[in-house]
Amino acid sequence: MELSLSLIVLLPLAGMLVLFGFGKRIGEPGAGIIATLAVVGSFVIAGVLALDFFNGDGPVETVRWFEWLPAFGVEAELRWDQLSALMTLVVTGVGSLIHLYSIGYMHGDPGFGRFFTYLNLFITSMLILVLANNFALLFVGWELVGLSSYLLISFWFERDTAAAAGKKAFIVNRVGDVGFIVALMLIFSVFGSLGFDTVFEGARRGELTVGMATAIALLLLVGAAGKSAQLPLYVWLPDAMEGPTPVSALIHAATMVTAGVYMVARTGAIFELAPIAAATVAIVGGATALFAATIAIAQRDIKRVLAYSTISQLGYMFMGVGAAAYVAGVFHLMTHAFFKALLFLGAGSVIHGMSDEQDMHKMGGLARKMPITFATMAIAWLAISGIPPFAGFWSKDEILAVVFERGGLWQVLWGVGLVTALLTAFYMTRMMWLTFFGEARWEDGVEPHESPRLMTIPLVVLAGLSVVGGLVNTPFKTTLEHFLDPVFEAVHLAHAPDGSLAWILAAVSVAAGIIGIGAAALRYRSRVPAEGGLGWRLLGNGYYIDDLYAGVFARGGKLGAAWLAFRLDVRGIDGAVEGIGSLTRRAGGWLRPLQTGFVRSYGLAIIAGAVGLLAWFLSRGAL
Amino acid sequence: MTVTPGWYMALAAVLFVIGAGGILLRRNALVMFMSVELMLNAVNLTFVAAGRELNVLEGQVSVFFVMVVAAAEVVVGLAIIVAVFRRRQTASVDELAELRG
Repeated sequence: MELSLSLIVLLPLAGMLVLFGFGKRIGEPGAGIIATLAVVGSFVIAGVLALDFFNGDGPVETVRWFEWLPAFGVEAELRWDQLSALMTLVVTGVGSLIHLYSIGYMHGDPGFGRFFTYLNLFITSMLILVLANNFALLFVGWELVGLSSYLLISFWFERDTAAAAGKKAFIVNRVGDVGFIVALMLIFSVFGSLGFDTVFEGARRGELTVGMATAIALLLLVGAAGKSAQLPLYVWLPDAMEGPTPVSALIHAATMVTAGVYMVARTGAIFELAPIAAATVAIVGGATALFAATIAIAQRDIKRVLAYSTISQLGYMFMGVGAAAYVAGVFHLMTHAFFKALLFLGAGSVIHGMSDEQDMHKMGGLARKMPITFATMAIAWLAISGIPPFAGFWSKDEILAVVFERGGLWQVLWGVGLVTALLTAFYMTRMMWLTFFGEARWEDGVEPHESPRLMTIPLVVLAGLSVVGGLVNTPFKTTLEHFLDPVFEAVHLAHAPDGSLAWILAAVSVAAGIIGIGAAALRYRSRVPAEGGLGWRLLGNGYYIDDLYAGVFARGGKLGAAWLAFRLDVRGIDGAVEGIGSLTRRAGGWLRPLQTGFVRSYGLAIIAGAVGLLAWFLSRGAL
Repeated sequence: MTVTPGWYMALAAVLFVIGAGGILLRRNALVMFMSVELMLNAVNLTFVAAGRELNVLEGQVSVFFVMVVAAAEVVVGLAIIVAVFRRRQTASVDELAELRG
């Protein structure tokens, strides 16, 4: 057990080290095969180890590597429970498929070996994140995935935009990390430990006041919002599309960006004590979902549509975990990993076939040229639009139903979610129509072709998962909920309604999806309508939030730095130092005439001093 | 008329003032040195007189110390004066005013 659990992390680590040393010499396709085998190995081991959980009798296992920070009660320790098992399976499963796909996608790239080094580094980091048994190790994984994300976004660093996008992602994440670190400090100050068991049991025993729990939970939310691209820290994710498409699929859709959702679910015991913070999570999620969905409508770049769609879907997950529907949130995390990875890989296949064209207005009519890509993406499209029985329907519907069941103002949030579902169906349908239907609007010299087998096999597998993935947790058979039950048994889970209300809610959300699809199909059926005008420009530029941030934070930061460098430093600090120097010189100048160089005057001074002292002593009668 | 210790003190004071005046008024380094010696010996005189008056030995002991130190000082001082005179052909302290600020 110990060895095999460690191997889950160590295999990709070994792959990374081998490729780091010899990746360039091994070259193509050897480097890709080594990396893929390492991740597949992790997946197989994780699958075997998780068998006990599927049988319903698996105990929680921990593996202690070494004593790390005894002062913080922290050991390098892995935790194998149902939640980390599920996350591990998603990460390594989707990761394996994307590794395989990348062998085809990165064909001919001079950085082939480097790419797979980074991919294995990412898998290692993500596994450390989900398998950590304390906040400190979780944070190590958290930062390492940030690093791999940075490396992979700016993979083609010769392009200025890619280098800038990498930096943007890193810096925006750092803003969130500040919140996370402060939260960890507060947790340590309350519990004297960062171990999961100690902290959560302490929280259950009531060692946490509501105020402290709220503070910790809100700070954790800041961290989660950074990593999971929620308002207001979402701006890095659309730019992250500068990275190779498999990276967008793996890191910026399926796995890393869900780390925030995982973290909130993991710390449910704290959020339970802070209802205000939990509601804030749900509100941030709902607002992000709607906000990003509106922007996705007006994007022309196929990958940016998917990027905003990812932000929007992550908003759903936040809504779920904020409403204490942790299972529903994690469930949506899983199904989203399937269909969004599929959408990204499909988009990558399209971009590959179109000779690196990403503008959907220059696509069209690809269905016949790329049948497998089209068929698999169509499944993902129906899944994300919430059409039963595809995966997205079950998870999204469960979140919406739970939120509705909470009653009161939560139902406003449900309404937001419903509108978002409609918009989601609309923009996805727009994307499908612009890409695959209608007349061909290719630029001259572009010859679309289906991608090689290596790339289509992962598409087919993910399509299969997008069809059946939702069936693991339907209202009729809540397998996933039973599976995750031991993890959340001490937390009060919000549940979806039963009976006729469940049917009505499901019918309403399906109707929203169908209306969205229908509206978009009508609009884009025959030809591409003009997408000009103020509204389109506003949405297409993402409400100019980037410009706002650039104007306020970037420019403000620059002005502040300029003020510090050229005013405070030059005038204030240097001025003080130089002022002391010149004051000393001037004082020296005043005192110089005292030194006449004549021995007589020195002697006179001595004698005058002696006489003065004598007079003083005499006057005091001391002699 | 008996010679009381007050006389010795008065004589010492006069010698001291002459010495101090010599330092202030004379320019020749050698003469200034002699003035310093005069001041030192004025003090020695007070030591001896006071020691005898109070019937303690420390007065005379102190004088020996002063004499030893003065002798050492003279050695160094005369050496400096000779060295300066060799370079500059003068022993006038007013011309040795390089340390003027």
